Amino acid sequence: MNRKLVQKIVFTILFFVTLIVIIPVILILSIIIKEGYSAITLEFLTSMPKDGMRSGGILPAIIGTFSIVICAISVTLPIGVLCAIYLNEYAKDNLLTRIIKLAIVNLAGVPSVVYGLFGLGLFVIFLNFGVSILAGALTLSIMELPCIITTSRGALNSVPQSFREASLSLGVSKWQTIRYIVLPNALPGIMTGAILSISRIAGETAPILFTAAAFYVPHLPKSIFDQVMALPYHLYIISTQIPNMPKNLIYGTALTLLIIVFSMNLFAIFIRSYFRKRKKW
Amino acid sequence: MVDKIIVKDLNCYFGEIHSIKSLNITVFENEILSIIGPANSGKTTFLRTLNRLNDLNVKFRKEGKVYLGNEDIYEMEPETLRKRVGMVFALPVPLPLSIFENVAYGPRRYGIKDKRKLEDIVEKALKSAFLWDEVKDRLNEPAVKLSGGQQQRLCIARTLATNPEVILFDEPCSGLDPISTAKVEETMIELKKKYTIILVTNNVKQASRVSDRTAFFLMGELIEIGLTENIFISPKDKRTEDYITGRFG
Repeated sequence: MNRKLVQKIVFTILFFVTLIVIIPVILILSIIIKEGYSAITLEFLTSMPKDGMRSGGILPAIIGTFSIVICAISVTLPIGVLCAIYLNEYAKDNLLTRIIKLAIVNLAGVPSVVYGLFGLGLFVIFLNFGVSILAGALTLSIMELPCIITTSRGALNSVPQSFREASLSLGVSKWQTIRYIVLPNALPGIMTGAILSISRIAGETAPILFTAAAFYVPHLPKSIFDQVMALPYHLYIISTQIPNMPKNLIYGTALTLLIIVFSMNLFAIFIRSYFRKRKKW
Repeated sequence: MVDKIIVKDLNCYFGEIHSIKSLNITVFENEILSIIGPANSGKTTFLRTLNRLNDLNVKFRKEGKVYLGNEDIYEMEPETLRKRVGMVFALPVPLPLSIFENVAYGPRRYGIKDKRKLEDIVEKALKSAFLWDEVKDRLNEPAVKLSGGQQQRLCIARTLATNPEVILFDEPCSGLDPISTAKVEETMIELKKKYTIILVTNNVKQASRVSDRTAFFLMGELIEIGLTENIFISPKDKRTEDYITGRFG
């Protein structure tokens, strides 16, 4: 066969494989939008469920998801960033550091349902937080730690070593160098990582299954020790546990969850490109 | 002449690599000492030992003593040492801040908050680095907007703002055009009235133009040190002669 023909065949195959990859994405989006958009009304987003969830809105699930996410990220972000600073800027390459790094990698590989069980054992039962926003948020924050640490370390690493040396050579202390030179320049990367983590936390079901999520709560949460409804779990319930559930409400709930997650990802992309333009080196 | 830096039996290692071999050298106050030598001769390692920047490398190890005045630099806090021994790097490294903030960076970190005082320091430093006239109207612009030569003089100003006693120049003109190089050299000659300067350079002609004394390093050893005119007109060692006449390196 001549080389031009081979070239053409290869290109065609590669093109179609790529097409296969994007088809599911397009299908998911179009089906969910088509089936769900009719459900999305102001009332749907701002009222309590009625008739055993068969009508009314999903407000408690939205509020629940947001409160879990806010609690989880405000625990995991500071711990993760501080840990990344230690590992990247201070830690010497010794056995302890290597064990810590190995632990972080392994933590990332644990299936999310195992985190759920762990959270049930530690936070719900042993620490006696009960099934609550707090227990769910702590479980999720442990799950997200490895990711936050990894992206933060990447962001810290991308600050040129010459900046650190220039700052240190002026007699500025190591901590001041980190505080005034390294961190400000790593911040966009850290923020991007944090937002992507938030969107993943918002979509997780398994870790909150035993630790935070309730089948139905007739009122909005009043404290972090309350059980809450959460969008992913609510979606699971209405699609499997409730007979005669109107289809458009199921897809409407899915669409709401998708919009929340996508808009956070978009926000992350926006931040990244904004800071990339402003980058001063 | 007053001894400013005294190095006694200094050996430096990076892991297995022995990069400075039993070095004894004295630097006098208010002189420009040039250090010349081919790549891998330990020039930069020597320079970075004097402000303990080598300490950042975990593989670094040293034996011997280095005194600043009569204090052992390895007994001092690195921050205190680096305030007294400033450094200008091979490539200009403006911090990602404005021109003003670059120069004010050191003093600010030492805790100077008074705006008038900072403005005063910045103006003086920029004037001493012969940059003031070029940037006085745009102090708030990002420092990276300056040309390479201006950036390097900004780095000199930034070092001057910390009020050091010794300034280490690590091939400060390696990335600059001849006109910028001339300006940096002029600055150095002007600065030696107040400061002690050690200049590492790959450019033998530069050493002959600006320095009072010149030292020739080869493979981590000090081969020869003396008044610059003596080194260039009648070197005692064959290897020095070969290097400055361009036979190797």
